[in-house]
Amino acid sequence: MGDFSRPTTESVERSLDSTLESVDHAEDLAVGLARRAGFDEENLMKIGLAVRESMVNAVVHGNRYNTNKKVRFSASMSGSRFTVRVADEGEGFDYVNLPDPLTPENLLRTSGRGIFLIRSFMDDFHARRLEPGGTEVTLVKFAVSK
Amino acid sequence: MSVKLSTRQVGDVSVVDVAGRITLGEGSSALREALRDMVSKNQKKILLNLGDVSYIDSSGIGELVSGFTSVTNSGGQLKLLNLNKRVKDLLQITKLYTVFDVHDDEAHAIRSFT
Repeated sequence: MGDFSRPTTESVERSLDSTLESVDHAEDLAVGLARRAGFDEENLMKIGLAVRESMVNAVVHGNRYNTNKKVRFSASMSGSRFTVRVADEGEGFDYVNLPDPLTPENLLRTSGRGIFLIRSFMDDFHARRLEPGGTEVTLVKFAVSK
Repeated sequence: MSVKLSTRQVGDVSVVDVAGRITLGEGSSALREALRDMVSKNQKKILLNLGDVSYIDSSGIGELVSGFTSVTNSGGQLKLLNLNKRVKDLLQITKLYTVFDVHDDEAHAIRSFT
């Protein structure tokens, strides 16, 4: 999983525009922090892709590229817990009743794999509705020494 | 440009060498346009060489599926060549690895088209 010999406590928080550039920026911030925390390349790839998919959901499906809406992004490493939060200002999204992308009838769909990949690559994932509007997702990856 | 596409002809097979990132935005759009263009030109045998693809996200996977479906529906074949570990892992975890005809050797892939 990586080299976690150095105790790490670090965090970053940003308010980002609803653009694809913000997706790249958030991924870079999260992967940079995770790298400094000691995650190996395999897990950096998983973390990076999970953050990218979460940011795409916030920018594209949540805020719908609305320039007046922001995406709140934070990443932190505390003890053995790496946590990323992404919050949009959209109409809300049903993360519970999602079609299973692995079933034969959904296998050739051109979308609907983002959340599946996030769940596959992170140790914990959950979403909550925000008041007055929006959705916040939380992604967690635990550091486990070699 | 996040992705670079180069097309060459090997016999009656169109080989598309893809390099860079196939992610939401320029990368997935470029791949979509290239495949759409090939289908409109009635090219029936398409081999996507993904050996130099450094990154692919769910949008990129969706474009591969979309391309596969449109080529197949037009009576053609779309096959994949030279998947690196990252792309291969993603296709396996999404159960798409068995949907695509995947090859590691270009000459063998060319011969496999019927």
